[in-house]
Amino acid sequence: MTLASMARKYEPRRVAQTKVATSAMIASLAAEGYDTVNAPFGHALVELAKKDKRIVGLSADLSKYTDLHIFANEMPERFYQMGMAEQLLFSAASGLAREGFIPFATTYAVFASRRAYDFIAMAIAEENLPVKIACALPGLTTGYGPSHQATEDLAIFRGLPNMVLIDPCDAADVAGMVPAMVAHDGPVYARLLRGKVPSVLRKHKPDYKFELGKAQMIREGRDVLVISTGIMTMRALDAAVKLADDNVDVGVLHVPTIKPLDIETIRAEAAKQGRLVVTAENHTVNGGLGEAVATTLLTAGIAPQFRMIGLPDEFLEAGALPTLHEMYGLSVDKVAERIKSWL
Amino acid sequence: MTAETPPGAFSNMSLEMRAWNIRRKALLMGEVQGQGYIGQALGVADVLATSYFHAMDFQPEDPKWEGRDRFLLSIGHYAIALYAVLMEAGILPEEELETYGMDDSRMPMSGMASYTPGMEITGGSLGHGLGIAVGMAMGLKRKKNPAFVYNLMSDGELGEGSTWEAVMSAVQWKLDNLICIVDFNNQQADGPTRDALAVGAEAPKWEAFGWFAQEVDGNDLDALVAAFDAARDLTDARPRVIICNTTMCKGVDFLEAREITHFVRVEADEWSKALAKLEEGKPQ
Repeated sequence: MTLASMARKYEPRRVAQTKVATSAMIASLAAEGYDTVNAPFGHALVELAKKDKRIVGLSADLSKYTDLHIFANEMPERFYQMGMAEQLLFSAASGLAREGFIPFATTYAVFASRRAYDFIAMAIAEENLPVKIACALPGLTTGYGPSHQATEDLAIFRGLPNMVLIDPCDAADVAGMVPAMVAHDGPVYARLLRGKVPSVLRKHKPDYKFELGKAQMIREGRDVLVISTGIMTMRALDAAVKLADDNVDVGVLHVPTIKPLDIETIRAEAAKQGRLVVTAENHTVNGGLGEAVATTLLTAGIAPQFRMIGLPDEFLEAGALPTLHEMYGLSVDKVAERIKSWL
Repeated sequence: MTAETPPGAFSNMSLEMRAWNIRRKALLMGEVQGQGYIGQALGVADVLATSYFHAMDFQPEDPKWEGRDRFLLSIGHYAIALYAVLMEAGILPEEELETYGMDDSRMPMSGMASYTPGMEITGGSLGHGLGIAVGMAMGLKRKKNPAFVYNLMSDGELGEGSTWEAVMSAVQWKLDNLICIVDFNNQQADGPTRDALAVGAEAPKWEAFGWFAQEVDGNDLDALVAAFDAARDLTDARPRVIICNTTMCKGVDFLEAREITHFVRVEADEWSKALAKLEEGKPQ
């Protein structure tokens, strides 16, 4: 934390003119102009589970907040409420996987990555067991402060062998990743968007379809290539529209799978001459997509002008989500502003 | 043991002889490496003999047989003891004994599922076994598979919070197919377990959580057989724990008398002495 932001936390604040409630902001990620889909994870899982009897669901007292309650209500006999016990949640999921089931275990991203890491590492990943971990509140998607903001989950799990990492952008990604998680024979960690989830990608690319391990160009552009993941692809696309008004042509390469990274596509796109390359992620700039892309490019001798958009190496503040996105540079305006400043 | 053979009918070899064989194999492995968790292996040999040659159902030629009783070694460093019983049970070939802990061996110093037939989990990060056992017991119930899940853990693992998450869950889900075995030798890495955390009166504590709890002399085969029978035969829909009070280095008196520590130091010339000592106590 910088001294400035530290001081800021203890200063009395003026009462805002327009009050924006912290709690109301948790699920409100949609930018204007996008339709939303209700609980795409829960509904996709139910559809899949009807066909695949191996699927079971577990949660550690957060089924309602991970959309797993849709599954629990539909198939109560296949749902395990494990209580507020995340170490147990993942150990038990490991046990069920050993007996031939495909467990979907849900909690918040902070609790999976911080509290239960050893259990995910040793009881699941080390034996490459097909436990599917789906975690809400990734990165800066809650105003509750560091206890709930999983700003380093991808960095934590990127170091874990066998683990596949997904950071979905929208409802199409969330619904599409569920069958892909089951089809992959091994552990998967997916960041989850829950509640009313915006439909973004198909608005920009009508035939978009999530493919595990594949990065996809959502929008072509001559001046800038944004390589983005998760909700930052939504921000990048909106920023691109905005920048088009200033005659800046921004392409967006969406990378929903962080591991394994689609190295081939990233290298091929970044190698195209004359574009500023900007990575954008809803995650600390330490150990996430940006560093992964930088490594991928440098080891192939590809060295474009390169910038990173992501969260700072700090414990973030609490507050209303739009305020925080503005403060930490994840808002559309801030993304557009920074890209322009780098040209 | 085959599906048709009732538990306990593996052969007419006595459990005493099985336990002696397990101790001997563990000592031979310790000699190979010049080190090992021999104190624990000698202490838990009777528990393992009772588990594999009285209580459990398994097929030596098919360690993944669906009908097998699952045996989880939560305490990875007890691997030397489990290898000994897996050899005694015919799951691991005895010829591999000399590879213990060596490069390319299927028997690493700490147990890993992907290395060793019959090793169900990768233990060693302590406090993992019981939670996994809960999930397996749930899975077996889903499949209507009548097998039991045995989880062998150490007293030190009672200090791990994850153990107690699993303890509560096993009661919540009425896991009457789960048998937890606690090897209580009151010894962890830095000293006596009871000097580190107030583990308290063990059986009453598990009872209070809703388990069927028994506390036995873990080096008394008759007591172990009775406890395992009671645990298996109980009709109550609740999980079962057998707290086994064991003596480190049991069966080799000069090691038993040594100031007992977690990692018993055995000098190079003492392995043969220990084997000779064990030989003196060979069951008739």
